[in-house]
Amino acid sequence: MAISEGKFTIKDIAGKPDLFLSGHRACAGCASATVLRLIMKATRGPTIVTNATGCMEVASTIYPYTSWAVPWLHTAFETAGANASGIETALKILRKKGRIKDEQVDVIAFAGDGGTFDIGIQALSGAVERGHDFLYVLYDNEAYMNTGIQRSGGTPLGAFTTTSQAGSAVPGKLENKKPIADIMVAHDMPYVATAAPYYWKDLIVKARKGIEVDGPAFLHVFAPCPRGWRSDPAKSIELSRLAVETCIFPLWEAVNCEYQLSAPSKVIALAPQKKKPVKEYLQAQGRFRHLFTPKYEKIIDDIQRFTDERWNRLLKKCGLTQPGKTA
Amino acid sequence: MSSKEKSWKEASPAGVCWKASTTYLTGDWKTYAPLRDLEKCTKCLLCVLFCPDGAIHWKPEKNDIEFDSNFCKGCGICANECPSKAIVMKIE
Amino acid sequence: MKSEVKQEVLGLNGDEAVAYAAKQSDIDVVAAYPITPQTIIVEKFSEYAANGEVNTEFVCTESEHSAMAACLSASATGARTFTASASAGLALMHEMLFVTSGCRAPVVMAVANRALSAPLNIHGDHSDTMAERDSGWIQIYAENAQEVYDSIFQAFRIGEHLDVQLPVIVGLDGFTLSHTLENVQVLPDDVAKKFVGIRQLPTVLTHEGKNVPYKLDPSNPMTMGPVAMPNYYFEFKRQQEEAMRNALKVIQQVHEEYAQLSGRRYGDGLLEQYRLEDAEIAVVCLGSTGGTVKTVIEELRAEGVKAGLLRIRAFRPFPVEGIVKALRKAKAVAVMDRSMSFGGNGGALYQEVRHALYDARAHPHVTNYIYGLGGRDTSPSQIRKIYEDLRKIVQTKHVDAPIKYVGLRE
Repeated sequence: MAISEGKFTIKDIAGKPDLFLSGHRACAGCASATVLRLIMKATRGPTIVTNATGCMEVASTIYPYTSWAVPWLHTAFETAGANASGIETALKILRKKGRIKDEQVDVIAFAGDGGTFDIGIQALSGAVERGHDFLYVLYDNEAYMNTGIQRSGGTPLGAFTTTSQAGSAVPGKLENKKPIADIMVAHDMPYVATAAPYYWKDLIVKARKGIEVDGPAFLHVFAPCPRGWRSDPAKSIELSRLAVETCIFPLWEAVNCEYQLSAPSKVIALAPQKKKPVKEYLQAQGRFRHLFTPKYEKIIDDIQRFTDERWNRLLKKCGLTQPGKTA
Repeated sequence: MSSKEKSWKEASPAGVCWKASTTYLTGDWKTYAPLRDLEKCTKCLLCVLFCPDGAIHWKPEKNDIEFDSNFCKGCGICANECPSKAIVMKIE
Repeated sequence: MKSEVKQEVLGLNGDEAVAYAAKQSDIDVVAAYPITPQTIIVEKFSEYAANGEVNTEFVCTESEHSAMAACLSASATGARTFTASASAGLALMHEMLFVTSGCRAPVVMAVANRALSAPLNIHGDHSDTMAERDSGWIQIYAENAQEVYDSIFQAFRIGEHLDVQLPVIVGLDGFTLSHTLENVQVLPDDVAKKFVGIRQLPTVLTHEGKNVPYKLDPSNPMTMGPVAMPNYYFEFKRQQEEAMRNALKVIQQVHEEYAQLSGRRYGDGLLEQYRLEDAEIAVVCLGSTGGTVKTVIEELRAEGVKAGLLRIRAFRPFPVEGIVKALRKAKAVAVMDRSMSFGGNGGALYQEVRHALYDARAHPHVTNYIYGLGGRDTSPSQIRKIYEDLRKIVQTKHVDAPIKYVGLRE
């Protein structure tokens, strides 16, 4: 199975034993849990996982139970990058000194948007700058969900969170989502990619590529949260598709800083009529409900404009241009 | 569901643990349970991949999938994503 | 006591002594961030690494918080880890100190004791490590560069001991020790390496009844650092406390073994008693001030004054029994604190010593002297004044002020 080349079938993946086990306490319909399951399907051998504090960490390791069939470490909220650095360095030197088996052990760090955009960005940036060999997976549910849906640097414009509430005076979050994946590309790192669980094959291929690359790799995965987004739990995977189809969350890779669109987004670049209006995505979520009132409906236009601007910038980086008008 | 709680002398140090969460059954969380129409199911296995709880298993020896009620939380993702609309969510 | 081992004498300052001992300790991973007055430690170690003198991975993390996280993670993977910090850097690590001891990772850290901001001060006092006294780390304070050197090896053995498994801080006074050149006797490389040995991992009993080494290892997956709900958390904390209690004995044992090897001892490893056997008046202190006090004691003794010193070497675990025994003859005791506990009933060391003596049969007067904050120098004459105060207390049986400040412009 040459997974990083996409040479596998769904049966191959479905038949692979789960390393992220059932019995975790994530909410019904949690796309982050799906993301973790799929990423762990992409492992190639002995793997050590470290998690930042957050939904997936808490939901998967309530003593004495653990949902991890691999060695797993959690230390604190801001330390996913630092943990990975320590583990990878220890493996390197212990192998060199002959104290452990001379075999490849992959290191994967999982963190939410809290532990990545905000409190964890320093450790991530440092770990990448030092060139440690690990895969960093950001499961982005666009708020500090574990502590009760507070806004993060990854919360999009106009979204309701408990610390960016939508009321009669303020329409939710006033700031745009931090372009974290672009920030990571600017680190001059070997591999950065975005992924969404609906496009499971693309996600698994990218995860495996990230594992195989020599040096740090960053994977930004979109993970809808029915609880925080006030959306139907059954629609979590569908929302990840809509995010791609509206170009709110385009799928791309940057291999040695060369951007290239991934197939699901390339389809839209080549046939712009396929690009869906952001409204379709927003109206499925209660966190944007206030935008569908006369007072705040202008913000939907802002979101559309902002989405189009970022999309066009991305197309330019990928060497494509958007002909004609945007959706 | 939990074992007898140990004294500090007996407990593993620093909270290190091994007990697989597959012994913690989350199936009783659900209100709705998935019901599959075998005629419509094409065994595309998308539901197996998308299930957040890994509560649908692909059984190659049976050439079929199996719904695991012990872990299904009734989210309905499988029903929503099934390309042949072979799954409906019914009140348990 | 003479050592059988031939030891070279090198001119090293405290920081260099730390780095030299670290070089000889077969460390696997050093993850550190520079801060005055510890910078020489990381620079020296970097020099050793650049010249291939150490078989160690040296990671320059982007902050102290990440340094401790990386040390903990490396330790959890089975590596022997070391780092160094001071003042604000140690304070930045605060969260991770608790996590490290909670995970029972025997990281060793040298702290070049320095004042905490604000205002900014780069000079020596104990406010940084005192603020971490509840963190579950063993704390050893050294009086001179030689003791610093000796204590690093002992720290690895103490922390990694199967009955302990706790991280260890070795404190050396900022600038006074870290940057002052002293003659330091160093062990030959092979002797030092033999003393510290290779890190032995404890084993843990899995819930399936298997005994496996306690580390992140794909052949024996385990989860470290889970969530422990109210019905579990308390027991893990009690385990840490038990490890601290075991450390009292282990510190003494390791110290004794090292003393036999090197020919150098510091009391019993926990406490150093200087002319306390018949002392009526005694000073209690930590660190390099002990050296100054000893000089003053010699002067006073020549004048017929029965003065003594109790230098506490291990502040954590706090050697209650030893302290009570050591001070049983004293009539008046002055505890010197090189840090403040704002709003508290005196400094931290004073509180702990006084508390230890509360239930003791002998009940000396115990007073507190806050001194040396922000690197303010304390002269022998100022220490003499402390002993004069103690004499007055013994004579009059009256304490005019329980808490005083040395060298403060009032």
